[in-house]
Amino acid sequence: MLSRVAESICWMNRYIERAENYARFIEVDFNLAMDLPPGTIEGQWRPLVLTTGDEVLFQELYGEFTKNNVIRFLAFDKNNPNSICSCLSAARENARTVREVISSEMWLQINEMYLSIRPMISKTSHSEKFMMEFFRDIKQGSHLFSGIMNATFSRNEGWHFGNMGRFMERADKTDRILDMKYYYLLPNIDYVGTPLDLLQWSALLKSASGFEMYRQTFGKLEVANIVRFLILDKNFPRAVRHCVITGGRTGGFKTKVEKEMGKLRSELDYTDVKDIFEVGLHEYLDQFQTKMNNLGFAIAETFFTDAVV
Amino acid sequence: MKTNEMAPVIWKALDKYSMDNFYDEMIEPGGQIRPCYEQLTDRMSGLGFEEVVGRQQAADRAFVSMGITFNVYRDGEGLEKIFPFDIIPRIIPVKEWENIERGLKQRITALNLFLQDIYGSKKIIKDGVIPLEIILSSAGYLKQCEGLKPAHHTWAHISGIDLIKHSDGLNYVLEDNLRVPSGVSYVLGNRDIMKRTFPEIFERMDVRPVTDYPLRLLEMLEYLSSREKPTVVVLTPGIYNSAYFEHSFLAQQMGVELVEGRDLIVQDDYVYMRTTQGLKRVDVIYRRVDDTFIDPKHFNPDSVLGVPGIFDVYRRGHVALANAPGTGVADDKVIYAFVPQMIKYYLDEEPILPNVPTYLCWDQKDREYVLENIGKMVVKAANQSGGYGMLIGTQSTKSEKEAFKAKIKKFPREYIAQPTMDLSRVPTIIDNDIKGRHVDLRPYVLFGKDIYVMPGGLTRVALREGSLVVNSSQGGGSKDTWVLR
Repeated sequence: MLSRVAESICWMNRYIERAENYARFIEVDFNLAMDLPPGTIEGQWRPLVLTTGDEVLFQELYGEFTKNNVIRFLAFDKNNPNSICSCLSAARENARTVREVISSEMWLQINEMYLSIRPMISKTSHSEKFMMEFFRDIKQGSHLFSGIMNATFSRNEGWHFGNMGRFMERADKTDRILDMKYYYLLPNIDYVGTPLDLLQWSALLKSASGFEMYRQTFGKLEVANIVRFLILDKNFPRAVRHCVITGGRTGGFKTKVEKEMGKLRSELDYTDVKDIFEVGLHEYLDQFQTKMNNLGFAIAETFFTDAVV
Repeated sequence: MKTNEMAPVIWKALDKYSMDNFYDEMIEPGGQIRPCYEQLTDRMSGLGFEEVVGRQQAADRAFVSMGITFNVYRDGEGLEKIFPFDIIPRIIPVKEWENIERGLKQRITALNLFLQDIYGSKKIIKDGVIPLEIILSSAGYLKQCEGLKPAHHTWAHISGIDLIKHSDGLNYVLEDNLRVPSGVSYVLGNRDIMKRTFPEIFERMDVRPVTDYPLRLLEMLEYLSSREKPTVVVLTPGIYNSAYFEHSFLAQQMGVELVEGRDLIVQDDYVYMRTTQGLKRVDVIYRRVDDTFIDPKHFNPDSVLGVPGIFDVYRRGHVALANAPGTGVADDKVIYAFVPQMIKYYLDEEPILPNVPTYLCWDQKDREYVLENIGKMVVKAANQSGGYGMLIGTQSTKSEKEAFKAKIKKFPREYIAQPTMDLSRVPTIIDNDIKGRHVDLRPYVLFGKDIYVMPGGLTRVALREGSLVVNSSQGGGSKDTWVLR
């Protein structure tokens, strides 16, 4: 497979997964707003932007962390290269360059998602009901896409690169969803473990579609178990470890990428939730981000760039 | 025949239908439906006009979501456009089609003999049929190709020869389009959408299929290599090219890689593509990049679309290019005027399909005639296509005519002129009504082990009232084209 094509398939999947996860980020706050007493959600919109790592750009474009600003920035703003609308445009642009390789059904799904969001970019505000539906549609659209890809695309190199892109992105975003808790405000340290604290944790679980699966596995909400579930669970499809296992299935350890991927995987295999809290959750998540970034560089260097020659 | 009596009441919309003295492909001068359309109109009338318009809209939506589009350079507000599609097909009676097919085979055979001749021993020039200066002054002539003998001595592997039907009911060849003719993906797309839009009609009509074109194209391309399982690729200038959709579509349908110049590299006298597994040798390239852009080392040094050194590999016979570089010389509209002579010279046959009468401004007598009669002629630049650089005398202002006269005097070699031909018309849905609109026809011809002519081809329709320009870049649309068995 052409290096350029492999790269485009990988990114096409990453962008769709990213759009889905941004919808999930925003849902965390929607979930919180439903559960918290009225008025207490204000001030909780900032963590969303901090989690994405794009706060500098946000400050430049908007300044104030109001609900409307944050949603607009994360969902509709084409000046934010990571907004949902930007991601879907980029996914489509990538799909367009590999239309001859992917199945027609995959293209159709991406193109239709793209066409449906296009009219929204220019609108400045949207009703609550509209947005709830919009975020649901984005998630559904992304699921539909990966379903279509799995049902119509041969398990060839292209599929593997696409799969890798999707799961790397998902691992990265679940990591960030968890990290959001670091930025959420509690009135003071005594609130740790209180209903308010647990409400915040359960909002995170919900936005990772993990609430019910968590209940089945652990029952009661406990911080250590939530962290264990979202990072170390082997079977939950949005858990970091599951993503690394599924996205990084390799044939051997011939290339640098396969070695790095194997290292990451075995680290997760041998990590206990106690180890995570020893380093500190935020620090642990931060270190993981760095490892993922390095893996991304290794992939580009090994498979995508001219260095292959 | 009952349908003939029914003709005026098929749909109310047809009541007011006016033929304006043009040749109408569906309706005879007396108002009767032509036999080849009887079955169709019979079935469509069962649907009712509103239903037909509704299906037209459904077809339009399908094109958008399938992304069957082309890019327009001049348009500021968005790069991709839908090629408008009209659901009333153009039907060609089988007798007429057989004649067209024979004529195209004859023509493309002569053109390939001509190309091999002028880049080789130049017999046709020595025998005084075509002047040497016409060849050498053609923008499509590449001196780098002198002495080359491409595989099987074929230069023009893929051509899209434009035909028009005049009011005399005869098909004329308008252009040969031997360089990189586009549009075949719309033929396949149109057929696909047509089947979905009118399943109940299509099912029972015996329309000759076109869907095997990509397979035949691949077979033809593989035939250009002597290797047992050659690697074929499609070379595109990239997603901003107006025909990108087609490049991608053809690569997908053939199951081969779609490459850009940057994906290819020349090493040790062979062409390779960069893959995730390292370099892989390429044997045949269906290039959708213009001649002079394929190799910055030998041609246009500014080209970033090509591959440095690829022409050297081609000359050694280590890679095949389709169409062969240098083919464009036969696309020159001045050289087009000599095709009937070529047919006589190489094949000793009379041309089956006539040329449109053509005046060469390069010739003094012709030039004087053109300058005097410019108001009733169509003037065309000899080396442009896509409806650019032309003047339609009957539809132009005085100053436009004067500007063209000046250009003709200054660059006589660069212009030809033809009488205004009355393109035939086909009923077309315009604003919930049915109107006659002018059409042309581009059948696609593959020259491989044998010659394949796609049954039908692309019917382009000028959607603007009275317009004779069918190019997609100039507001044209298309129709499905049926050759009935």
